[in-house]
Amino acid sequence: MFWDEKMETLRGKDLEALQLKRLKWTLAQAMKVPFYRGLFREAGIRPADVKAVDDVEKLPFTRKKDLREGYPFGFLAVPRQKVVRIHTTSGTTGKPTVVGYTKRDLAHWADLIARNLTMVGLREGDVFQNAVNYGLFTGGLGFHYGGELMGLTVIPAGTGNTKRQIEMINDFGVDAIHCTPSYAMHIAEVAEEIGATMPTLTTGLFGAEPWSESMRTELERKLDLSAFDSYGLSEMYGPGVAFECPEKDGLHIWHDCYLVEIIDPETGETLGAGERGEMVITPLVKEAMPLVRYRTGDMTMLREDGCACGRGQKISRILGRADDMLVIRGINVFPSQIEHVLLGLPEVGDHFMVYVDRVNYLDELTIEVEMKRETFSGELSDLARIQKRVTAALRDVLGIRTAVKLVEPGLLPRFEGKAKRVVDRRGGLF
Amino acid sequence: MDTEDYVIRQISVFSENRPGRLAAMAKALEEEKVNILAFSIAEAGEFGVVRALVDQPEKAYKKLSSLGFVVSFTEVIGVRMRDEPGGLYEVARILGEAKINIEYSYAYSGKEMAVLILRVDNTREAIKQIRAHGGEMARIPSR
Ligand SMILES: [Zn+2]
Repeated sequence: MFWDEKMETLRGKDLEALQLKRLKWTLAQAMKVPFYRGLFREAGIRPADVKAVDDVEKLPFTRKKDLREGYPFGFLAVPRQKVVRIHTTSGTTGKPTVVGYTKRDLAHWADLIARNLTMVGLREGDVFQNAVNYGLFTGGLGFHYGGELMGLTVIPAGTGNTKRQIEMINDFGVDAIHCTPSYAMHIAEVAEEIGATMPTLTTGLFGAEPWSESMRTELERKLDLSAFDSYGLSEMYGPGVAFECPEKDGLHIWHDCYLVEIIDPETGETLGAGERGEMVITPLVKEAMPLVRYRTGDMTMLREDGCACGRGQKISRILGRADDMLVIRGINVFPSQIEHVLLGLPEVGDHFMVYVDRVNYLDELTIEVEMKRETFSGELSDLARIQKRVTAALRDVLGIRTAVKLVEPGLLPRFEGKAKRVVDRRGGLF
Repeated sequence: MDTEDYVIRQISVFSENRPGRLAAMAKALEEEKVNILAFSIAEAGEFGVVRALVDQPEKAYKKLSSLGFVVSFTEVIGVRMRDEPGGLYEVARILGEAKINIEYSYAYSGKEMAVLILRVDNTREAIKQIRAHGGEMARIPSR
């Protein structure tokens, strides 16, 4: 089922013509922003030099740092009065990033969300629980209005009060839930504790943080639903930029609204299909805040193998944000890889924390993972065996040695929003 | 007396090296009026197992589990030790000849005499062998 079949399946010359037209419009829009006028002048390029979609490669990049420096309204291409909504992204350091939306932007955004919701099999009249933060975080309102647009019965549940969430799912006969994968895991845990099942739930939309295939297996088993990966970022409206179809083999990135490239994050060089690198997006319909070649920091690759569902361009599931990537003794490690390993081991639980320290000028990675009550035999030797097995499995995937600590179940933190499982204690370079 | 009567249920508790965890465990058992007859701690780096003989294993298991401790029962046996040299050697010899491995052991000083607590890889056979060779098995009073 399609929400907008023509757009979703557009290809070849028709798609390219539309993309070029919209790219030119975006560049014209960008030229209303002093930052871009300066950037283009410096790069010695004019929007008129873009004559084909591929010419986008000649344009300079926009970085998150630039957006931060434009705080608060430096990137608006329309008068502030035309901005009908503002979201901000939490900056881990310094000022947040402001994202503005015109009425047209909000309509585009809701439309994309409606495409995603339809793509995963939801129908008008289905009940949808939106269990993410409302407010400045884009996940709440983004899905909310998209859900209403396609005619879902939307429950703006927000996060927290997990028992009440479970009650609502059952009282309202909820068909689909949207939340972070960590919160979904927490809901499953609480449901198990109180002995509740949620038989009406068929569909889970999980996003806002990278999650692994093992996590999918766990969530689908524990919640007895079908789990889909949702990708987005506030700078590109929010969630809804790319989404899994029922094939669950890569995410369709909406080709009429986002032009996607993969680059080598070190050199900035464009990479081909099948090569992993940083995703760079040029939005094609953003009015209030047009962006050119925005470096998302997300690591993925382009897929060119087509899809049984008939839709277009796919990207691989996000391995992690370049920001989340840990460099341990020169090796790149993503928290999602650690999660994948731990969830694949039946001996240990689903909750973990990662600590990075520098001991004698060497990076040390310590992983605390909860053990499972059922696997405790009472023998010290069995514990040592489990610890060895976890260490070996991590070494196989990450390629580095880690220190694994087994801890009591329930000891590690639970997360309702984005999980913060990594604590880097290395401080500055010294 | 039957072999089964000499099987003792030890409680084994997972413990991280976290300050206060052992004290919390002892306090919980005291509140439940569970007597700890003997205990030992086995450690391997960051974690360990606290082994305890208590007079009310079921009650101890329930209480500790409810507090979030990871607990399991382990079968052990107790051999009464005479206060004379060679007692330990005797037990080890009997088990060795029967090809039964001792995984660990610790002592329990009962009212009348010392008891050696043993975890072996074949509990019932160990009881039979020790008794057949004139060893004296201990029964730990438990409710
Ligand atoms: Zn598809």
